[in-house]
Amino acid sequence: MSKIACKIRNLEKSFGPNKVLRSIDLDLFPGEVTVLMGANGAGKSTLVKILCGVHQSDNGTINLFGKLFKPRRPAEAFQAGVVTVHQAINDGVVPDLSVASNLMLDKLTNNKAGFFIAEGVIRSEAKKIADTMGLSLDVSLPVSELGVADRQLIAIARAMARNPKVLILDEPTSSLSAKEADRLFQVLDRLRNTDVAILYISHRMSDIREIADKIICMRDGSISGTFSTKPLDYEGAVTAMLGHKMTEVDVKIAKKGEEILNLSNLALSDQSPRINLSVSKNEVVAITGLLGSGKTKLASILFGVRKQAHGTIHLNGQPFSPSSPREAIKAGVYMSPKDRASNAVISDFDIEKNLTLPFLHSYSWLSMLRFKLLRKLAKDKIEDMGVICQSEGDEIETLSGGNQQKVVVGRWLMQSCNLLVLDEPFQGVDIKARRDIGDYIRQTAGSRATIVLVAELDEALEIADRILVMNEKSLVGEHVNDNVNVNEILVDIAGNNQLLEQVSK
Amino acid sequence: MSNNFSIRNLSIKYGFLVLLLVLIIFFSIFASGFAGPRSAVFIFQSVAITGILALGVTCTLVVDGFDLSIGSVATSSLMMSAYMLVILEQNAFVAVVACLLMGAFVGLLNGLLIVKMKVPDLLATLGMMFLLIGLQRVPTEGRSIATGMRLPSGEVADGIFPGSFLWIGRHRFDFFLENLIPVPVIIFLVVAVLVWIFLELTRHGRLMYAIGSNERAASLAGANVNLYKILAYVISGVTASIGGILLSARLGRGDIASGNNLLLDSVAAALIGFAVLGAAKPNALGTAIGALFVGILLQGLTMMNAPYYTQDFVKGGVLVIALVFTFALTSRSRKGGH
Repeated sequence: MSKIACKIRNLEKSFGPNKVLRSIDLDLFPGEVTVLMGANGAGKSTLVKILCGVHQSDNGTINLFGKLFKPRRPAEAFQAGVVTVHQAINDGVVPDLSVASNLMLDKLTNNKAGFFIAEGVIRSEAKKIADTMGLSLDVSLPVSELGVADRQLIAIARAMARNPKVLILDEPTSSLSAKEADRLFQVLDRLRNTDVAILYISHRMSDIREIADKIICMRDGSISGTFSTKPLDYEGAVTAMLGHKMTEVDVKIAKKGEEILNLSNLALSDQSPRINLSVSKNEVVAITGLLGSGKTKLASILFGVRKQAHGTIHLNGQPFSPSSPREAIKAGVYMSPKDRASNAVISDFDIEKNLTLPFLHSYSWLSMLRFKLLRKLAKDKIEDMGVICQSEGDEIETLSGGNQQKVVVGRWLMQSCNLLVLDEPFQGVDIKARRDIGDYIRQTAGSRATIVLVAELDEALEIADRILVMNEKSLVGEHVNDNVNVNEILVDIAGNNQLLEQVSK
Repeated sequence: MSNNFSIRNLSIKYGFLVLLLVLIIFFSIFASGFAGPRSAVFIFQSVAITGILALGVTCTLVVDGFDLSIGSVATSSLMMSAYMLVILEQNAFVAVVACLLMGAFVGLLNGLLIVKMKVPDLLATLGMMFLLIGLQRVPTEGRSIATGMRLPSGEVADGIFPGSFLWIGRHRFDFFLENLIPVPVIIFLVVAVLVWIFLELTRHGRLMYAIGSNERAASLAGANVNLYKILAYVISGVTASIGGILLSARLGRGDIASGNNLLLDSVAAALIGFAVLGAAKPNALGTAIGALFVGILLQGLTMMNAPYYTQDFVKGGVLVIALVFTFALTSRSRKGGH
């Protein structure tokens, strides 16, 4: 394999003042599966978007088999042989059309195709494509009647029908079960022999162990590690992806109060392992783990957004099973969700209205809002959290990401509670804002139990008394944050699936 | 740069009100008889019913919904009040309460279709609109209702529109001048103030705006999204039935052909309201001013002898200009703000 399929040199990209990609060098070889790992905001998706023609690079070159490749539109990328299967499966298939039509869609949209559709020809050609992919199903069925795995495979089959030189798969297993993922891997094994260079983006260590020929890690817009000698160093890869410059923040472990939250034998979904957890007053517990390890599922169960499959939750010794966020809030369980833009920020509102949203009932009299009180509370909170703005009446959209995050986290600190769950409270936030938020959470932690869910280990080390590691929906490690051995945590995060599988068998 | 900015911001905020002022001055000078209390009251009267409906639809727009059924709720309320009075020979109070309940029930049904059955708002209320247009014709086999009409059974309907009912639509209060302000104008102003208080000063209004801006975030902040959505449609149904009662009391008969324009006119008023004070979102004050704006323009043009068939054209023009104000200018200024 001496010939390089895709050679990227010195690729750079900025959005405004943010440097998203810094001098990326990357080689993809035919017949090889290269896994690209990186935390949120590391620059993976920008890299993929440049390769598939959605964004244009500012600097640097891409060569495809020695030819310069600079797509300005997705269509140009297709023609040059770079095909991407995106994460949202339905982007890759038309649910109402039959499998055959889906597989032949590109032939149908071709201008050279005839006016009428020869159903028989399409079906037989589609059958051929399906067979080469090892898909045994009735091609006349509409895609909407298939399972997720089959849809994903059809999206890949569609991509393969374009004869790609480089195939990019963006988290293809994110909605597949382990069994379904196995089928995908069989197909990928077959593709390896067809000399396609595959760039595979994933966070699931089980996937990566299964199929990676090479692992490339990205962190903060540059390549932080390349692993190609077998056996691959998975822990090294996780370390390179998450990084762990020992932080300067020194956490003084607080004295635990009485137990607030108790999870016993909790299963996040039907087949997943049981979780046992106890969190006490005046304690900040960080749960860390890769994307998709189940952290957000846990948060949404605690906040009444979804139900656990098995097991019980006790809050202050009482059984607790909220059926909506409203009920959870009434019981004194607050949750600051991740992805602030879609889950937290009310973009039409100013800072004051955003801060005071959850507790309007206690700031009103006979339903009439008490405006003076609202303004005073908002001003106080803005000062406490160090939100940088001109006044509490500034539109939230005019704030920087870090300050927006302070506002949406701050809204849950307006009133005291029993349990505060913070899902990725430092997402898309600069280091200064991260320290501000972290300090404030620790300052106020005395009156409640606090659970912080973070993918970045640094963040966990900065804020927690105790760090738990979640892997494949189960809690696999517990570390008190006092001279903690970071390598042990990283091993837990990367997980040792062979071991786990043996246990579950 | 900052200068340019403030001019744009000023024009977004006050541009529409300035335009309104210019119109009033223009008509006062060039249309004789335009400036005066009687003319002003006439304008208010002409937009009262549309305005009341528009305030209801504003509530549904606030939760990012839409109510297409308001026009047909109003005409159903018109027919229902006439049926109650003329054929069932009930008194005015019973007729009014029945119509209000009908409006609330239709709103509830709309809300349940949208929230529980997950039918998209436009489609649910479109369906309801069709249903009501058909339903209101069934009891009288498609005929208008008036005292002395012959019923399908052959009997003659003896009921009448009592004075107390007609009072709602026709009475005028003395206000400096004798017989100046009609009851519908008062009701319009009261509904406007109530809706304004509800949307701007209560926590319920605040939560409804939050739901309209980001439903998911509002729900994760503990708002009862479904309840507020249903409430918005109930408000819309009730205000529409009030409009129908006023129309019925003004006409004094159950006219099957009335109220054809109500839906479009009131939706236009609510959308024009987006442009008032640069709100760029549904709001009660804007809706009331939007309704008045259309009324003033039509009144002035009519006094200057513009033919009646140009009216819809003029309304459409105003709407398009208002929408440009709202969306083009405000979105540009938001981008500039970053």
